[in-house]
Amino acid sequence: MPERSVILIGFGNPGRLDDGLGPALAARIERLDLPGVRVESAYQLAVEDAATVAACDVVVFADAATDATASYYFRQLEPAADLAFSTHALTPAVVLGLAHDLFGARTTGYVLGIRGHAFNAFGEGLSPQAETDLAAAERFIAERLRRGDFAAATTDDGAAAASVPAYEVELCRTERK
Amino acid sequence: MVASNTRRVVIEPVTRVEGHGKVTIQLDEAGKVAQARLHIVEFRGFERFIQGRPYWEVPVLVQRLCGICPVSHHLAAAKAMDRIVGGEKLTPTAEKVRRLMHYGQFFQSHALHFFHLCSPDLLFGFDADPAIRNVIGVAAKHRELAVQGVMMRKFGQEIIRITAGKKIHGTGAVPGGVNKNVSIAERDELLREVDQMLAWSRGALKIAKDYTVEHLEELRDFGSFTSNHLSLVRDDGALDIYHGGLRAITADGEKIFDHVDYQEYLNYIMEEVRPWSYMKFPFIRSLGPAAGSYRVGPLARINTCDFIDTPEAEAARREFMAVTAGKPNNISMAYHWTRMIELLHAMEKIRDLLHDADLQGTDLLAKGRRRYEAVGLIEAPRGTLFHHYRVNDDDQVVMANLIVSTTNNNEPMNRAVRRVADDYLSGQKITEGLLNRVEVAIRAYDPCLSCATHAMGQMPLKIDLLDSAGNLLDTRSKGTA
Repeated sequence: MPERSVILIGFGNPGRLDDGLGPALAARIERLDLPGVRVESAYQLAVEDAATVAACDVVVFADAATDATASYYFRQLEPAADLAFSTHALTPAVVLGLAHDLFGARTTGYVLGIRGHAFNAFGEGLSPQAETDLAAAERFIAERLRRGDFAAATTDDGAAAASVPAYEVELCRTERK
Repeated sequence: MVASNTRRVVIEPVTRVEGHGKVTIQLDEAGKVAQARLHIVEFRGFERFIQGRPYWEVPVLVQRLCGICPVSHHLAAAKAMDRIVGGEKLTPTAEKVRRLMHYGQFFQSHALHFFHLCSPDLLFGFDADPAIRNVIGVAAKHRELAVQGVMMRKFGQEIIRITAGKKIHGTGAVPGGVNKNVSIAERDELLREVDQMLAWSRGALKIAKDYTVEHLEELRDFGSFTSNHLSLVRDDGALDIYHGGLRAITADGEKIFDHVDYQEYLNYIMEEVRPWSYMKFPFIRSLGPAAGSYRVGPLARINTCDFIDTPEAEAARREFMAVTAGKPNNISMAYHWTRMIELLHAMEKIRDLLHDADLQGTDLLAKGRRRYEAVGLIEAPRGTLFHHYRVNDDDQVVMANLIVSTTNNNEPMNRAVRRVADDYLSGQKITEGLLNRVEVAIRAYDPCLSCATHAMGQMPLKIDLLDSAGNLLDTRSKGTA
């Protein structure tokens, strides 16, 4: 049983096909009922998530990714302060930054990017490829959550995880035509 | 159509959550602004996604339109489906639980906009370094305010969780009523925070009011223009964000129509398609497209209503209306002040509802004569929201038409951008000041462009200056020198 409190936040829109990978992973992890692991789902991240994250030692943000070269990647996150023009939603790095700046937290953050394949339509359900990638990501993160061991994690494609800075973490760049 | 020998300034505020937008400013040969347009790439097709689905699923499905205020779509669709099942006369418990949900949503949405998006403009000024003119900057210099914003948003989300069943994909409102009441324990959990939330609401209103009054001369013209205003009002003329009749007034306060049954909205509102925009331009049918555009949202609501039925917000409304001697206020930046009047009103309503024993009632559903077509209309935080459906004998939706708040404000936002461009663009260089002011003007309307996908793309605000042949003359992005 992990000694630290851990939260996994799966976010995305299940009404936009593979954009729902984050909530789908959250639902699977919740069913595992892992001790010491809290699970939440969201369409998108917002300021109040900073308060939630601040109460935990470790946060894992799970989201659909279009830049993954394997089924998933897992990277450590640095707190950030970059904001878009008028977006109502925040990146995982900014949520982590607010948790640190506003609430004095020292939460460690990670992103789990799960490869998505179909985004540009309204519709429920994941693509068959995304289902496969989701299963691989679930196996990976479930094991990490059980062991409470994140820092040494590497992704399936062999890329180093912990040293990747936040600004290189760009998930789910859906193109809309 | 682009005229010959013109230069175009392109501003691209692109985020995934709010659609894909850019501003194009077209100059004439003399270097003056010939045209300013806000382009919004709205993701179309949601209406088709709904078609074929059973009507009772729709109030849940439509929440996927918007990640920031799904409750608005949830309730607008539920109101339409109330009529489909003949249950539009809700039980007292059902109506009050829904209203609590709606006020909770208003509270969290307005708090988010004020503390997260607007307060940096107000606290640091339009010309402040973009690196600090954001919520991170607020966190650094006004930590207490930033924490208040987070906690107010969290409180509103808790109200939604309790009334809708969960924070996202809520199922609380069902055709003809609600599927749960509010327990004593849930009520008491919320009541514990009411006094603090009221105090913070008063503080936020004071910041918005003081700022506007102090900078009134500067703001009076900033992105401003005269317009019609539209909103729901209660039968007695009071502000009512959940139900009522449609009222439209001119910029001078003359009534264009009043207490219109929104089932007949198509007799009063039309939508114009313009070839350069994916988003339609609604207008008041009797005035035509040129003169019939209107504003919606907090400013429009405070302008159209006769009074507010909660004492502190009513006192604030009177103070606000005194600035324009009781006439409608047409200052774009006054949206912020009115948004905070509504924030306080929502909190007063939440307090009152939490003390109402009907929330614990058990009569949750109403039913009556089945219908095949219905309109659900609600005042969303950003303005009037229309949901229109037809349903067949097999209970499947066969037609859906939605006019979202930001679409209603499409023309006003274009006019605000044009006004800023007229006043602040000079020469062939794009200044940081122009970039900032275009941002501020659009942000006053709190656009949420309903693309229904969460945001990860963080593309900056960008201006490209092009010559008539499309060659780049100058470019500027948010945060660059």
